[in-house]
Amino acid sequence: MAYYDRSSAGDTLARGLGWFSIGIGVAELMAGRSIARWMGMEDKTNLIRAYGVREITAGVGLLALGDPKPWIWGRIAGDAVDMATLAEGMALGSKDNPRARNAGIAFGAVLATTAVDIVCAQKLHREEAHYRSLPVPDYSGRSGFPRPVSAMRGAASDAPIAEDMRTPKILQFQPATGQAGAS
Amino acid sequence: MRALVWHGANDIRCDTVPDPEIEHPRDAIVKVTTCAICGSDLHLHDNFMPGMEKGDIVGHEFMGEVVEVGSDAKSALKVGERVVVPFTIWCGECDQCKRGNYSVCERSNRNKALADKVFGHTTAGLFGYTHLTGGYAGGQAEYVRVPMADRTHIKIPGGLTDEQVLFLGDIFPTGWQAAAQCDIQPTDTVAIWGCGPVGQMTIRSAILLGAKQVIAIDRVPERLAMAKAGGAITINFEEESVVERLNELTGGKGPEKCIDAVGMEAHATATIDSMMDRAKQALMLESDRAHVLREMIYVCRPAGTLSIPGVYGGLIDKLPFGMAMNKGLTWRMGQTHVNRWTDDLLNRIQEGQIDPSFVITHTVPLDQGPEMYKTFRDKRDGCIKVVLKP
Ligand SMILES: NC(=O)c1ccc[n+]([C@@H]2O[C@H](COP(=O)([O-])OP(=O)(O)OC[C@H]3O[C@@H](n4cnc5c(N)ncnc54)[C@H](O)[C@@H]3O)[C@@H](O)[C@H]2O)c1
Ligand SMILES: [Zn+2]
Ligand SMILES: [Zn+2]
Repeated sequence: MAYYDRSSAGDTLARGLGWFSIGIGVAELMAGRSIARWMGMEDKTNLIRAYGVREITAGVGLLALGDPKPWIWGRIAGDAVDMATLAEGMALGSKDNPRARNAGIAFGAVLATTAVDIVCAQKLHREEAHYRSLPVPDYSGRSGFPRPVSAMRGAASDAPIAEDMRTPKILQFQPATGQAGAS
Repeated sequence: MRALVWHGANDIRCDTVPDPEIEHPRDAIVKVTTCAICGSDLHLHDNFMPGMEKGDIVGHEFMGEVVEVGSDAKSALKVGERVVVPFTIWCGECDQCKRGNYSVCERSNRNKALADKVFGHTTAGLFGYTHLTGGYAGGQAEYVRVPMADRTHIKIPGGLTDEQVLFLGDIFPTGWQAAAQCDIQPTDTVAIWGCGPVGQMTIRSAILLGAKQVIAIDRVPERLAMAKAGGAITINFEEESVVERLNELTGGKGPEKCIDAVGMEAHATATIDSMMDRAKQALMLESDRAHVLREMIYVCRPAGTLSIPGVYGGLIDKLPFGMAMNKGLTWRMGQTHVNRWTDDLLNRIQEGQIDPSFVITHTVPLDQGPEMYKTFRDKRDGCIKVVLKP
């Protein structure tokens, strides 16, 4: 079984976060300067734009068909980086930054999404544990052969295979003097 | 009649649709007794193949009873006969068919003009597989119209069950051709990526054709167990390094023959190339994920052969072609020339050399088909091969 399921509850939430990431990312990229100014952190404009790129990457990763878990953990790590940056703005705030309050609001918002990210990661890991706990059916008897494999090896070496699918003699691996290939 | 109909990504439904009719004197109508879901159908389900339209009937692995025959097919086929229908439609008269290259028949694709534009030159018509290959209604249905039916069939003698012969229409000859085109020598190590139904058939074929060592790669435990039952040494790519293990098993030289039975939806564990592939696929910058191809090129022994039955639909990126060129690798690939192999394979089934029904894990009525697509794709419930009964 795959250890994730692209239609489970955890996955649906992950995809929601994927779209959210793309939304935020585009906003940060396009409106990096206004966002920075609103928080009184003009010097961080380029950094905010870079965070936008990060968000978009995570969003695309979450929406692609694969395992969402690494991308959700990526988002959580990103949230932490965001909060560190905002905390700086808030600390600065007391004296130099009259808009520190706005940085605080942003900090609260990031904190809230982090909580959602963590819930999502937990859900996904719980689902994975569930898939892993399912019994593995026993197919060890399904060889498809009437006799043991050792007796079937080469049983069809007389099969008609047209010349067009043969390897030209010169390109064939010559059994080296001694032995060919691996033991 | 009832049929499985494509409505879009992740949306295949069991609908009531009009019965098919004879449209051309070479047609026949087959009443389907058993059909299957193929890994190729998953690429349609997941919407990775261009050229599907809402309302298309899917399915290309099916068999049944002939219930109506057009005037020009009467000499070859009679009402009441039991047939497996190959997924590649072929005319038997064009230059390609005369050489046995049925999957690139020059006449069976009725959308030839479109295919000529997209592929440079047309390939054969296929059942239930996009308008690029003719847009013919597929066989996950109660009835199917079979074009060029005087050629496009495999007659089944009595005494064999549907389950034993159904896969003659696709995965058995596909696995067989994948191995056969490697021209397996008794000294060869054959490495096979993917232990889905095609991989399983490829493993058995490589053993029958006499490979010294068959190595199978996947990550799904029950699929690996089935591969082992068929005589393969297994590698779980989530738990060990494929390249290291393959080198270890070949005295450091790499396998002579490498087979990609995975195709464009390859998975990989958090490698940079696979992350890039996924992102690009999501942004539609790349249509196929080429992780397996890259791995094969890297690990294959110089002057070795790559055989690619796995289906690709369009563009791939970051293919180390320089590596392939310098190592002098031979590439063989394509849709299967089904009827080229089926007389011989039917004989082998009759003689009891192999029973392809070993791969079936689920049998359900046709109307449960849509759910089974998901079960099969997500490898839930130990699912390896689904058979549907209309
Ligand atoms: N050439 C033809 O005529 C032809 C005919 C039938 C099917 N096919 C193609 O063959 C392929 C396999 O079909 P199937 O029915 O077995 O489908 P499947 O989807 O059940 O099998 C694919 C298997 O590959 C495994 N896999 C994924 N990534 C892998 C990796 N990196 N390394 C190793 N294994 C990996 C999956 O776990 C799965 O078990 C598909 O692409 C299908 O379209 C081609
Ligand atoms: Zn198929
Ligand atoms: Zn032809």
